Amino acid sequence: MDLNPSFEQRQLVEAFSTLYRGESTTERVRAAEATGFDPGLWEALAGAGGVEMALPLRAGGSGASLLDLALVAEVHGRHLGSAPLVEAQVSARLLERLGGAAPVVADVAAGRQILTVALAPPGSGTARGVPAAMVADAVLVLDDRCVALVGLADARTPVHNLAALPLADVRLDADPLATFGGEEARRSFATALDEWMALTASALVGLGRRALELAVDYATTRQAFGAPIGSFQAVAHRLADAATALDGATLLSREAAWASEGDPARASDLAAMAFAFAAEAAQVAGEWSLHVHGGYGFMLEYDVQLYFRRAKGWAAVYSDPGRVYAGLGARALARRA
Amino acid sequence: MEFGLGGGHDALVDDVRRFLGEHLTPELLARVRRGGTYHDWDFHRALVAKGWMAPGWPVELGGQGRPPLEVLAIAEELQRAGAPMLGLGTTMLVASVLRHLGTAAQKEAVVRPALAGEILIALGFSEPESGSDVAAAQTRAVRDGDEWVVNGQKMFTTNAHEADYAFLLARTDPTLPKHRGLTTFLVPLRQEGVEIRPITTLSGERTNITFYADARVPDALRIGEVNGGWEVMTVGLTYERTSAAGGDSIRLLEAMEDWAVGGTPHGRSADHDERVHEAFGRAATENEVSVLLSRRSAWLDSIGELPGVEGSMAKLFSSEAITRQSAQFIDLLGPEGIRTEEDRGAPARGEVEWAYRFAQGTTIYGGTSEIQRTIIAQRGLGLPRG
Ligand SMILES: Cc1cc2nc3c(=O)[nH]c(=O)nc-3n(C[C@H](O)[C@H](O)[C@H](O)COP(=O)(O)OP(=O)(O)OC[C@H]3O[C@@H](n4cnc5c(N)ncnc54)[C@H](O)[C@@H]3O)c2cc1C
Repeated sequence: MDLNPSFEQRQLVEAFSTLYRGESTTERVRAAEATGFDPGLWEALAGAGGVEMALPLRAGGSGASLLDLALVAEVHGRHLGSAPLVEAQVSARLLERLGGAAPVVADVAAGRQILTVALAPPGSGTARGVPAAMVADAVLVLDDRCVALVGLADARTPVHNLAALPLADVRLDADPLATFGGEEARRSFATALDEWMALTASALVGLGRRALELAVDYATTRQAFGAPIGSFQAVAHRLADAATALDGATLLSREAAWASEGDPARASDLAAMAFAFAAEAAQVAGEWSLHVHGGYGFMLEYDVQLYFRRAKGWAAVYSDPGRVYAGLGARALARRA
Repeated sequence: MEFGLGGGHDALVDDVRRFLGEHLTPELLARVRRGGTYHDWDFHRALVAKGWMAPGWPVELGGQGRPPLEVLAIAEELQRAGAPMLGLGTTMLVASVLRHLGTAAQKEAVVRPALAGEILIALGFSEPESGSDVAAAQTRAVRDGDEWVVNGQKMFTTNAHEADYAFLLARTDPTLPKHRGLTTFLVPLRQEGVEIRPITTLSGERTNITFYADARVPDALRIGEVNGGWEVMTVGLTYERTSAAGGDSIRLLEAMEDWAVGGTPHGRSADHDERVHEAFGRAATENEVSVLLSRRSAWLDSIGELPGVEGSMAKLFSSEAITRQSAQFIDLLGPEGIRTEEDRGAPARGEVEWAYRFAQGTTIYGGTSEIQRTIIAQRGLGLPRG
């Protein structure tokens, strides 16, 4: 066991931290709330190889591990990135695994095209609430027959939402751009969902940790009854619980990402665990940070509400934690029976 | 970054499991549960013979020189199996203190036989009027030539009835400020001035109230400086920080899973119950977090850093988790869930009902959850003191 990032991983985190500090300030995040997308940030991410790195060397990528991507996702979450980095990475990897056309993969890698992935199977010809679908060019959808790559241009309706995410409902009546059948394709799609869960867990961890920092800063300076509010146990102890949960979520999400190569037999379970646990930890951090700010926390002008809304929304776009836990429990029992 | 523990880890775990298969018999477990003493001399000596009394100590001091993560791997397996380890734990805590602060004579007279499994040491910190505020101890020790005379009471002196010494925190100068007038001693327990009365507890664990009436302790068994007891305690508490976490709740979840796949004759049908699945998935996740939090402490230790706040997080999280889980599992079992292990029809062998009682103690001893949260808030987050 070695919980320190490698030298290369530290460099990666440093490079992306610099990028996000410049291109994803809270002013920029606020400015992008109407669309949930900051084209300047996306351009910078694409230029820095944010999507390309996720692809294997054989596809012209730099072959980053899922753990490398998780460390970048933590930075993304910390800065509330208004760009579909996780969706683009996960769907680029999926398209490549499916054997998608090389020129499309190359366009996606370079950020010229944005792909995304529908997290739930469509019902009555519509995929609802698809992440990044308002800004992506195409979406990968799994229905009962195959994985389909579907163009988004005329098929989407925006979804106004808690987290200012570029979500859309997507009609699936047009002919797909490509289809991929067979058991292999379904398995690849399942892997993509695991990767999305693991990376989203990391993004939630980054977001939650920053929300907690805001709370600690505020609780250290704000005075009430002649003392800093952070000296009251009712405040301090809940922040201690949030910090403990976030440390747990950090370890768990990094372990889940590591497991995709380091312990493949457990990777899928760990991704689900990390997603559900990080969702709860981030939600609690968001709610508590907001509450610690008192009335100011309820004002739009204070940044904490930006974290609060995304903490819930970034996870809820896929599932509530309870349902994910139930899936885990059912799988464990099936293995035991 | 690497979460794997390496091939040697699996072999070590296999070795511990083989050992447990041989020595931790169902009869022994039942005896411990019935009697409430979480120490068993035969089992203790078998551990000593295996070299697992102090596996992390250097070989020349009687250990195996194992790195912290291997030490933790052994502890994890023992905890998960429910092995009676309280006597070993308190004894090793004191042995560690003596290793760093003890005199040559103390090492020879106490540490050597402790590591050989010949003697046991209990902890005498808590008192009727103080527990969390451990420095408020009122038990008095007064010098009398080469000896000290001890008067007072200690609460919850676990395993005092099996132990040779109590590691005692006593007030030696009441005129000094609270933290300054304390001294630590190794008080021989088998003497006239010491009376040990059992305290029975909610989980059946036996602990003791110990009375000291003109009990005598030679100055040679004073640890650290006179009125330097708080510094000794600080060293002592540092060694309490990397302990295994999550093992009890892993065992609890296994009992519940057995129940769920075992056709539950009188309970609810569990196979397709979404609530059961959700509770199991959540518990498995929390258990993974407990294990990771404690492994982080051991890893920090292995790279020469002192886990402090990290140990508090592992203790807080794992004890609160088993408290939540055991209550929720009783709910899942329905009215059947409150049957105790004496009832032959108890679901999950009565483990859940027992765990619900046991869990409450875990949030109290070794520093209550509130004390852990305060440590995390002040030392971890840097929040101001009240
Ligand atoms: C099974 C068992 C075994 C034990 N074994 C031993 C042993 O071997 N040796 C030994 O010395 N002791 C032992 N103890 C004692 C244990 O360490 C104490 O019970 C514990 O430290 C709490 O102290 P207390 O019981 O005096 O409670 P108190 O300190 O009186 O606390 C009562 C309540 O007040 C809360 N509280 C106290 N101070 C604060 C604060 N500053 N902020 C917020 N809340 C606070 C506590 O969290 C708790 O909920 C054992 C206890 C048990 C239950």
